[in-house]
Amino acid sequence: MVLIYIDHADNQIKKATQEAISYGAAIAKLLNCSAEALILGAVEDDLTELGKLGAQKVHQLKNESLNTFDAKVHSNLIATAAKSLGATVVIFAHNINGKALAPAVAVKLSAGIVTGACRLPSLQDGFEVTKTVFSGKAFASIKIESPIKVIAINQNSFGVHPYENTALVQSIDLPIPPASIKVTNINKVKGEIPLTEASLVVSGGRGLRGPENWGILLDLAKALGAATACSRPVSDSDWRPHHEHVGQTGIQIAPDLYIAIGISGAIQHLAGVNRSKTIVVINKDSEAPFFKAADYGVIGDAFEVVPALTAAILKMKHNQ
Amino acid sequence: MNILVCISKTPDTTAKIAFTEGNTKFDENGVQWIINPYDEWYSLVRAIEIKEKDPSTQIHLITVGGVEVEPILRKALALGGDEAIRVHLNSNDSNEIAEQIAFIVKQGSYDLILTGKETIDYNSSCIGSMLSALLDLPFVSLANHLELNGNTATLIREIEGGEETNEVQLPMVVSCQKGMAEQRIPNMRGIMAARTKPLKIVEPTPTTPLTQIKEFNLPPTKTGVKLIAPDQMDELVRLLKEEAKVI
Repeated sequence: MVLIYIDHADNQIKKATQEAISYGAAIAKLLNCSAEALILGAVEDDLTELGKLGAQKVHQLKNESLNTFDAKVHSNLIATAAKSLGATVVIFAHNINGKALAPAVAVKLSAGIVTGACRLPSLQDGFEVTKTVFSGKAFASIKIESPIKVIAINQNSFGVHPYENTALVQSIDLPIPPASIKVTNINKVKGEIPLTEASLVVSGGRGLRGPENWGILLDLAKALGAATACSRPVSDSDWRPHHEHVGQTGIQIAPDLYIAIGISGAIQHLAGVNRSKTIVVINKDSEAPFFKAADYGVIGDAFEVVPALTAAILKMKHNQ
Repeated sequence: MNILVCISKTPDTTAKIAFTEGNTKFDENGVQWIINPYDEWYSLVRAIEIKEKDPSTQIHLITVGGVEVEPILRKALALGGDEAIRVHLNSNDSNEIAEQIAFIVKQGSYDLILTGKETIDYNSSCIGSMLSALLDLPFVSLANHLELNGNTATLIREIEGGEETNEVQLPMVVSCQKGMAEQRIPNMRGIMAARTKPLKIVEPTPTTPLTQIKEFNLPPTKTGVKLIAPDQMDELVRLLKEEAKVI
């Protein structure tokens, strides 16, 4: 059985989890077994609807205390559930909580693990999973040799595939270990699209010359419904908050569309964004290395090009 | 306070990524090795800052690797580590590496175990989480802030679209990321002192890898950028909608 862990916050299942369910369902099909999901805590979403993503069953440990994330408690419960349900493959989204949980669960199940997986496993010679390495600059195919396998799937690498199922929701009863973490504050930036969950990202670099010039970028992001990001020099100069820094030492993202404005495209920056499906580069320097990694390029002054692009997008949306 | 900082060696961020032996090994030819930036800039420097406030703090460094890791361990000692342990084993399997570190941890007494959020070569983000499971300790991942007050750690960790403040009783494991501390450069005094700081080499405890790298591949190169004139933004929007199908 393939068991998929459902990550949630604010009473909602996270987008990355939807993809993980589809990925787990596809692996279950390869292995000719069932795809079942596990949720710790409660959400407002209708869990039977997870059938549409490929889950045949959803096991729920409905306890309000589990809506607070505690890596030690959650990984213990997931491992115990995986054992009692007889899971042979356990799937996580390679997102913030998935990174905290999947390796601990692998240890508890004596399972080999591949995190950052980006394709379905190949079963030709054992069980091989391809993952991104060197910050997206290469792929590695990794053979898992243990009976139980743990895989964490990169966000936006497999997609969500529709099924015509209704999932059977069953409650599971496990003793809950004592909390090891006290959450004293949660601070969410209101109205902002989380960068790691965003399908569209607009990003700015030093070419914008100063934080006072970010308005044109924010307008474009608003018109698109995109999240905003920046290069390392920009966050290091405190023009933008640290959590917007994408690159090798910031966060790595893989949106459908990445628009880079006034970013030259140093190798360390590319490492954070090169898994984006489509890259648009706007730069007045035709020699900027980013153009080599781009799908579409505009050589021109950002202060003219970006407002024009925003206007074109608004026009397109208006005509729809 | 005893802090254990896990150190990994990685190729320099600008290193050329190429493979040899039928794409089964990373081509180390001409590669400059550095301390994994997340291990150095964030976890090690934060440990040093803690020691600066409380000089009774001891900073222990641990790495699992061959003799070629020693120059970067010396650099970590030069930055401010007090002693280093190198477990003499070359492995690419996270389970195996975590087991080696946990084995050493169980022989000592550490209040705080710090790792970087991931290495920049294999990007697995596994060791911290695995150590917490092997040692049955609380774990906070992707922390960008860590303060100690006696036996209580206050941490801020990243969550989707924001931050969460956690309070945890030591001992614990933390994976560190940007915001935790600022990069430092070792000074001459540190470099001189590092030469005589203890660097202990220990033989590995028997472990079995559970995974094996079969092959590396480079991504297909982009077919070439399609240039759009600055006054043709309607055309760019059309391409994004109809050709790339991303908006």
